[in-house]
Amino acid sequence: MADFFSWVDKPLDTHAVLNMIIGAVVVLAFILGVVTYSIYFQRKLIGWMQWRIGPNRVGPLGLLQTIADVLKLLIKEDVVPEKADRPIFLIAPMLAFFPSFMVLAVIPFSANHVFTAYSNVGVLYYIALSAMTIIGVVLGGWASNNKYSLIGGMRSAAQMISYEVPLAMSVLGVVLMAGSMNLVKIVEAQIAFPYVWYIVPQFLGFCVFIISATAELSRTPFDLPEAESELVSGYNTEYSGFRFAFFYLAEYVYLFAMSGLGATLYFGGWSGPFLSGWIWFALKVTCFIFFFFWLQATMPRIRTDQLLTFAWKVLIPLSIVNLVLTAVLKYLLH
Amino acid sequence: MGEIRTEEMLMNIGPQHPSTHGVLRVVVKVDGEIITEADPVVGYLHRGTEKLAEDLQYTQIIPYTDRMDYLSSMVNNHAIVNAVEKAMDLEIPERAEYMRIIVVELNRLVSHLVFLGTYLLDLGAMTPFLYAFADREQVVDFFNRLCGARLTYNYMRVGGVKWDAPEGWLDDVRKFVPYMRSQMDMFHELVTGNEIFLQRVKGIGKFDADTALNYAMSGINLRATGFNWDLRKNKPYSIYDRFDFNVIVGENGDCFDRYMCHMNEILESLKIVEQALEQIPEGPVMGKVPKILRVPAGEYYSAVEGTRGELGVYIVSEGKDKPYRLKFRRPSFVNLQLLPEMLKGQSMANLIAILGAVDIVLGEVDA
Repeated sequence: MADFFSWVDKPLDTHAVLNMIIGAVVVLAFILGVVTYSIYFQRKLIGWMQWRIGPNRVGPLGLLQTIADVLKLLIKEDVVPEKADRPIFLIAPMLAFFPSFMVLAVIPFSANHVFTAYSNVGVLYYIALSAMTIIGVVLGGWASNNKYSLIGGMRSAAQMISYEVPLAMSVLGVVLMAGSMNLVKIVEAQIAFPYVWYIVPQFLGFCVFIISATAELSRTPFDLPEAESELVSGYNTEYSGFRFAFFYLAEYVYLFAMSGLGATLYFGGWSGPFLSGWIWFALKVTCFIFFFFWLQATMPRIRTDQLLTFAWKVLIPLSIVNLVLTAVLKYLLH
Repeated sequence: MGEIRTEEMLMNIGPQHPSTHGVLRVVVKVDGEIITEADPVVGYLHRGTEKLAEDLQYTQIIPYTDRMDYLSSMVNNHAIVNAVEKAMDLEIPERAEYMRIIVVELNRLVSHLVFLGTYLLDLGAMTPFLYAFADREQVVDFFNRLCGARLTYNYMRVGGVKWDAPEGWLDDVRKFVPYMRSQMDMFHELVTGNEIFLQRVKGIGKFDADTALNYAMSGINLRATGFNWDLRKNKPYSIYDRFDFNVIVGENGDCFDRYMCHMNEILESLKIVEQALEQIPEGPVMGKVPKILRVPAGEYYSAVEGTRGELGVYIVSEGKDKPYRLKFRRPSFVNLQLLPEMLKGQSMANLIAILGAVDIVLGEVDA
């Protein structure tokens, strides 16, 4: 199996391209499953935290609820506002979704990293590509010809660009320690002697990372772009049916991808005793996802100016401090 | 380099906005996210309660008041029956007075719980909303057992209350009091101690006592500025002078103080309920009142401390069974006046935080 999908160091022929396509479809199917059950997990978990039951009607234990919701979304009427900028309105959700799917190419799911690229610029690729989603969100907000959406789009541009900086800078600490931007090598560096996950030496960086990641994912308390109580849902107010589903899908794919990135960078990725690598990876990712959902159940929403001030005046200086400390540490160790 | 010219944008917050709590519409001019001008436009709900009252007998007006501030129907009932009783100089049985106090204070408590929940929802937190509603549900159940309704309670009558409490009802309320106190600790832990919440509400929507008085504000909006004024203490009506409770006042008149006043008033209401449960005597719950109520000719004004401020009833009577003119002083409507001033220069997110803290109910704004 691993051999069948191994296209590294091989000439790009028809066979390889076909393999890539099959690989992509498999990853897509897998990720759709993950998203479906992340949503179910979220509803059950937050339901439990809020003294509610959560989905329990469709299928055993409500397990088919999200599938029913998705089906409903897909068959809904495709409403495009009359005065919207039609082409941009139509294309924006896809622009938001594609990068979220593409970043998965570099996340190593297991030791065999069957479906993922062994890229030497994995970290850079992730950071660069994830920033592209901003374009989809801003265009969606702009093209809707709705003032709430416009403000939502602008907010998300300000927010995502601001938090991209501390996120990237916090990740640099890990890159410096591992001496590589290849996510597979970063995991391997954590397994090597002295077998310590980077959460320990990079604790400050991790704090900056997890806060920036929450903002990048636009999750509570940083869910300003889609602040339903202020902007009536923000950039996606005018979207319905499957176009809305695309935005939603992008959000949850990022949730998985960001959790995967966090697990890889700071918790040793697939590494761990006794169990298979992919199980360890899944467990760590689930912990990250749990954390994001937990935040959602406990926090109110921060204000735009507070959000930006926090990024530029707190997180960026902290990430610089972390970078300097890491460099000093690295110098002393070698 | 000169300043970049920006263009203002006109936005309608409401009447279908999720945080305008009903059908309020605030027309705001925004420069980016900063509000340069705000104008509340009311009247979408207007039910014509006052006009309808002119065609109704005094007892028939009571259910119409249920629908004004629909979160505190018992208090509204109390206002109208109190006004008619005062005008007609009627005697109320002791037990009925105590029952009234118990239900009115419980109603104040649940109205504050709805404030707590919806305010946090405005600020983007959903969990406190569900917790507050779960607790509110218990009191709603009490009211359901008492009068068969879960929102528009119709329990009070001129001369007393409709029924006595069903068996075990008073005991159940007694058990609820300590439970609710412990829940308040939980709310403080979850909400009051949250740094993001504090950042969102401290120093926001601030005004002083003079401004509040000039705008005729009352209730928590006035008390949060530090001005000690509560009709239950300052102009005691019913049997409020028999209870030991504190008037909760704030210091800065900001959103945080208004929030804290709500939280602490819940505890004070519990204190009153507890004392009323201890003191409640046996006896009838309905006094001897004429079948057809005729208020002597003249003008009467009577007010109670409503959940949102001074709820006044002004009756002009010609000595008939129906009022010639009936006017309600609705605190939500009065309190809303300061909104344009409070919003100027604030960000869009603060609009929601400020509006939420003023704690309006549109049924009362547009009665």
